Amino acid sequence: MTTEKLRAGMNLDDTTRSELERAGVIVSQVDSLYNWARGGSVWPLTFGLACCAIEMIASATSRFDISRFGSEVFRPSPRQADLMIVSGTVTKKMAPQVVRIYNQMPEPKWVIAMGACAISGGPFKQGYNVLKGIDRYIPVDVYLPGCPPRPEAVLQSLNYLQEKIRTQDIKSDPAFTKGRRQYPVPEFTGKDLEPPYNPEVWQPPANPNIKPLEEVTT
Amino acid sequence: MSHIVSHEPILMKFPGTNWDEEAGALVVPTAQAVAIATWLRDNDAFSLDYCSNVTGVDYLEREIKEKITNKEGKMETVARTEPSRMDVVYHLYSMQKQTGPLVFKQRTNREQPEVESLTPVWRSCELQEREVFDLFGVNFKGHPDQRRILMWDEFEGHPMRKDYTEPFDYEWEPTPHDEILEKHQRGKVIV
Amino acid sequence: MNTATAPNYELIQQDGLETSLLEISMGPHHPSTHGVFRMDVILDGETVVDLKPVFGYLHRNHEKLAENMSYLSSMPFTDRLDYFNSMANNWAYALAAEKLIEVEVPERAEYLRVVMAELTRLVNHVSLVGFFLNDLGALGTPLLYAFREREKILDLFEQASGARMMCNYFRFGGLRNDVPVGWIGRAREVVDRFPVFLDEYEQLLCENEIILSRTQGVGNLSRELAINAGITGPMLRASGVNYDLRKVDQYGIYDRFKFRVPYGEAGDCYDRFMVRMLEMRESVEILKQALEGIPEGPVMGNAPRVFKPNPAEVYGRIEGPKGELGFYLIADGTPKPYRYRVRPPSLINLTVLRDMCLGGKIADTVIILGSIDIVLGEVDR
Repeated sequence: MTTEKLRAGMNLDDTTRSELERAGVIVSQVDSLYNWARGGSVWPLTFGLACCAIEMIASATSRFDISRFGSEVFRPSPRQADLMIVSGTVTKKMAPQVVRIYNQMPEPKWVIAMGACAISGGPFKQGYNVLKGIDRYIPVDVYLPGCPPRPEAVLQSLNYLQEKIRTQDIKSDPAFTKGRRQYPVPEFTGKDLEPPYNPEVWQPPANPNIKPLEEVTT
Repeated sequence: MSHIVSHEPILMKFPGTNWDEEAGALVVPTAQAVAIATWLRDNDAFSLDYCSNVTGVDYLEREIKEKITNKEGKMETVARTEPSRMDVVYHLYSMQKQTGPLVFKQRTNREQPEVESLTPVWRSCELQEREVFDLFGVNFKGHPDQRRILMWDEFEGHPMRKDYTEPFDYEWEPTPHDEILEKHQRGKVIV
Repeated sequence: MNTATAPNYELIQQDGLETSLLEISMGPHHPSTHGVFRMDVILDGETVVDLKPVFGYLHRNHEKLAENMSYLSSMPFTDRLDYFNSMANNWAYALAAEKLIEVEVPERAEYLRVVMAELTRLVNHVSLVGFFLNDLGALGTPLLYAFREREKILDLFEQASGARMMCNYFRFGGLRNDVPVGWIGRAREVVDRFPVFLDEYEQLLCENEIILSRTQGVGNLSRELAINAGITGPMLRASGVNYDLRKVDQYGIYDRFKFRVPYGEAGDCYDRFMVRMLEMRESVEILKQALEGIPEGPVMGNAPRVFKPNPAEVYGRIEGPKGELGFYLIADGTPKPYRYRVRPPSLINLTVLRDMCLGGKIADTVIILGSIDIVLGEVDR
């Protein structure tokens, strides 16, 4: 982060600025500082579910090296992590635990849905036990397609997340305004999870062509 | 190569069993299953000490059309209904003699499926029989710990059966095809 | 979601102190990188009194999906079963389906199949050694060394099939496409340099005091229990049974290669670790012989894309890196299989987890689980 960006939005002319800098004073916005610090040290949670977890581990090894982007350590405990990379198929049996772990993470927290299975169910979508996308229960910041995505793609998604963090506004940040975001944990019933999706977080995509049909009970 | 095990001595010693030629399997009545399995494991000629695979197969009532030559010598299509049944299939090998496989089947009906558990004979059947119970609904008499293994405990229904219906959780897609198109047309999507 | 039989949690009087049993649920999200696997462990102090594994957190109903797809369409799904070794899973399925249709596999394809399978075995064992040492407490460093070797082999897979992990390379009757020009030379380079890495690993690890004291005598598995419980793979061979499907069934062209089968005596975690280290050396031997002898020719036999086999039942199995991987197919004359069943080695190897862990300490449970080498994609399918 250069001093150019830190000075963004300041109405100082150059002479004043250079005088201040010679005296050891840098003028900037609180937003920029916070976002620079948060974006530069995002610590992920070790949350590998299936095959994509191996590519996530490979992106942390010496060839692709995620720690040069700030993710120095992968924390095993959700209370110490910033980022949850949901990598792998989320099944209905596992979905309540994913939501519980998301609830335990403190703000600020972000979610990357890695792989086709976490975005929308993936190749296993036609399954009685597969949750068709983790965004039915928790809000997702970056969607990363692939089956599995290459480790370079994981690094690119981390870059996108860092761009998104750098443009966040501290006044409307959920961490400062609403407190820790927690969502209700779904329960197991005889047929399916209850509720099948969280209406605050996800709505089914609207079909512009047809009118809503009623469920045909067989 | 692994030598195939010959089934003739078993048919002679236990008269209740028969040999299903089409499937290449030994069909065993449920009451004698544990006795036959123990004999197969302990007998020196067979010593089938390794049970490799346990699975269930669900057959609905279906019509089979066969072409046979009738009395006048002409080809005729004959239809017969095969009743519904549920099979539990075991693949047995011998590590000592390096022979195998011998396919072993227990047959039961679909309404109240119940067979003998072979876990006391081969321990490898333990988790696989639990899976057959979970996904097909077959009750294993004598199983030490019969409960659901892959689905959650409160789940009702047996998913691998041929007449299982899925829950209502599909959303609308802009370009559906194949089974998803069928679901759209039948109205089984969330819109 | 509860255990079936709860023990009594009454207070125990011991040396004038009141204690009780402690129930811990290890998983499904825990730092050990084996996937979403949960164990309900009941402890008396630090000693394990009871242990109940819970599966199903990754049940993706692969078997039901395959009943609605043609035979060839299930090939990419077999990659995702045991996601470390995709080529081996492909071969097991191709072997089972080739018994249903009469097709001859050309020579070059057979040799390349053996090369891919043995490279997969190297990838799997190297990753296992990395994760096992991670569980022991050497946080990260052996894993990085192991993944360095894995990356070299994954580069070879990418050049041959187009993908690093989910290769989808095998077809019924051969392979999808031939390897590019120069691939065999590059593969020979990788294979020739592999023993250097193995020597380095052995020097650092195999006589390390910490590994010896933490893994010897831990998780003993007797020979009779191993055979009765259907254990296969390196875990069976570490308990003293000489049963390797490459020698017993001799599928493919394994009868043309000279190699030894290492097996252990005591059946503890150290033996399982050493069996895998020795198997890597034998795989390098097979690879050298196979890469010398590859003939020229086509890689695909004449098999139709969509075929309707006659009604039959087959069971095809291979010696996968984790154990015996088998596919049971029932064909009924239509292009889709009537019943498609995967015999998962990892699930069956977990039958004896409770027997091995009872009476030990909780820290040993993690090591024993690491030495069984499970992959949840296979356990839950």
